[in-house]
Amino acid sequence: MAEREQVRRNAPKPTEEVAEEAPASSESGEALKAELDDLLDEIDDVLETNAEDFVKSYIQKGGQ
Amino acid sequence: MAVPKIVGIETEFGIMVRGTADWNPVSASSLLINAYVGTDVGGLDDRTTPVAWDFIDEMPGADARDLMAPEFALPPEVETHLVNAVLTNGARYYVDHAHPELSTPECRDALSVVLFDRAAELILIDSMVAAADALPDGQEIVIYKDNTDRKGNAYGCHENYLLDRNLPFGQIINAATTHFVTRQIYTGSGKVGSELPGVGRKEVPYQLTQRAEHFEEEVGLETTLKRPIVNTRDEPHADSQKYRRLHVIVGDANMAQVSTLMKVGTSAIVFAMLEDGAYERPMPIESPVEAMHAVSHDLGLSKPLDLIDGGTATAIEIQWDLLAQAQAWADRFGLEAVGEECGKQVLERWERTLAGLEADPDSLAGSIDWVAKKRLLEGFMDRHDCDWDDPRLRALDLQYHDLRPAKSLAARAGLEALVDDDEAAVAVTEPPPDTRAYFRGRCLQKYADSIVAANWDSIVFDVGDDPLRRVPMLEPGRGTVDHVGTILDESDTVTDLLDRLGA
Repeated sequence: MAEREQVRRNAPKPTEEVAEEAPASSESGEALKAELDDLLDEIDDVLETNAEDFVKSYIQKGGQ
Repeated sequence: MAVPKIVGIETEFGIMVRGTADWNPVSASSLLINAYVGTDVGGLDDRTTPVAWDFIDEMPGADARDLMAPEFALPPEVETHLVNAVLTNGARYYVDHAHPELSTPECRDALSVVLFDRAAELILIDSMVAAADALPDGQEIVIYKDNTDRKGNAYGCHENYLLDRNLPFGQIINAATTHFVTRQIYTGSGKVGSELPGVGRKEVPYQLTQRAEHFEEEVGLETTLKRPIVNTRDEPHADSQKYRRLHVIVGDANMAQVSTLMKVGTSAIVFAMLEDGAYERPMPIESPVEAMHAVSHDLGLSKPLDLIDGGTATAIEIQWDLLAQAQAWADRFGLEAVGEECGKQVLERWERTLAGLEADPDSLAGSIDWVAKKRLLEGFMDRHDCDWDDPRLRALDLQYHDLRPAKSLAARAGLEALVDDDEAAVAVTEPPPDTRAYFRGRCLQKYADSIVAANWDSIVFDVGDDPLRRVPMLEPGRGTVDHVGTILDESDTVTDLLDRLGA
């Protein structure tokens, strides 16, 4: 545990700017949710039908 | 001083032919690339035969450990018979191990890599369109920028860094191993489930990386079997007295441009620090292979890793410490080695990313692949009231990497773009101005009819009656627009060019 704290002490503190960017308000939370809903609508439209066969048929030869 | 961290990445793409059960990946990859180089954009004016790759300097069996190499290590074979083209942006586009592969031109910094990696995606997209004309109706070649078929078969996205030959390889191994194991927290592209035998969906429903589970050794020459965290291939493609090319095989192919910037940018900084003697706390990890798997499986980012010097630290803690050392290095030595502007951006992103991962990983859904993919998967499970066993989640995982604009889920995930597509479209045919790739690309644009073959460190010209002339390019930082731009502009013929170069 002592080592972990020592490691952390060497770390830089996040800047103010970083702290401000975290979405905190419920408004931005709502906006994010609406955006995700739109995204999921789009995924429902383009996602391969018959997922099981699609995934099974994806076989690659090994490479590097 | 650290040598300029000139860098490029090579990506092996997943390939499928849809609409038929009867296809083979080598033929499909050849068809894809030939279709592209035969088009106006990929081809060289009206030539139907692209300039071929020159294999004279290929020695993938050379081992950085010299005589330390174990006898059972099998050198990879050089496949000279498959399609292999050099593009006018300085890239190499070829068939490798049953996959289409594209190596970016040599880039001066990580931001340039992001640009040419996006250009590579555009090239593959154009290739799919070109290939459609050559296939029977109802068939389609589909390209995935991923690293595994999720059934145990992996293929790589390799990074290559120019290093000082004087840096002892042992030091590289220590520093690289610690960074490669812990950088996974922001370089991973995410994967549903595990490919390790006996590890079920309950234990590992989702993990950070595609590649981690395909690594079984700490150090070695292999790239296709028993893959090592640090690859010892010693094939500098440059002046071997001065330089080493570190061939890094552990990374995931990224869809998120920020992930690519971070992957390449932080690694370039770590190697530059090492060369400047400014990497003072290497924190070697006990059992790096296990740690690599553990970090990839640790969605909470909280697993303590045992350190060789005693004690433990999490991947985030080790990365914070690396960042602190990198900031101290930058203050003392400057960022010239990694590109001034790019270096600043990487340090700033590095800090922001670690802070985000620590406080709320979901806040990085617009920049880090594994987070972006996880958000889609969890949103999908909420909406459709299903769990990790649902095959649609595995389809979503795969389709995240589909490069077709009409199907790609990454393209819909709201990922932040660092380069715009107009700029990337230029980079499809124009080389970077600030490495030797400029000379290669410009020569291919201007004198293709007189070029017999080209590779990373030379071009062979046919000047008519004289014997073939090879122009060596052993300095990756020379042959830039500043060095040879005017000569190339003013030389109407290859003979003029060679005269003016004194070759």
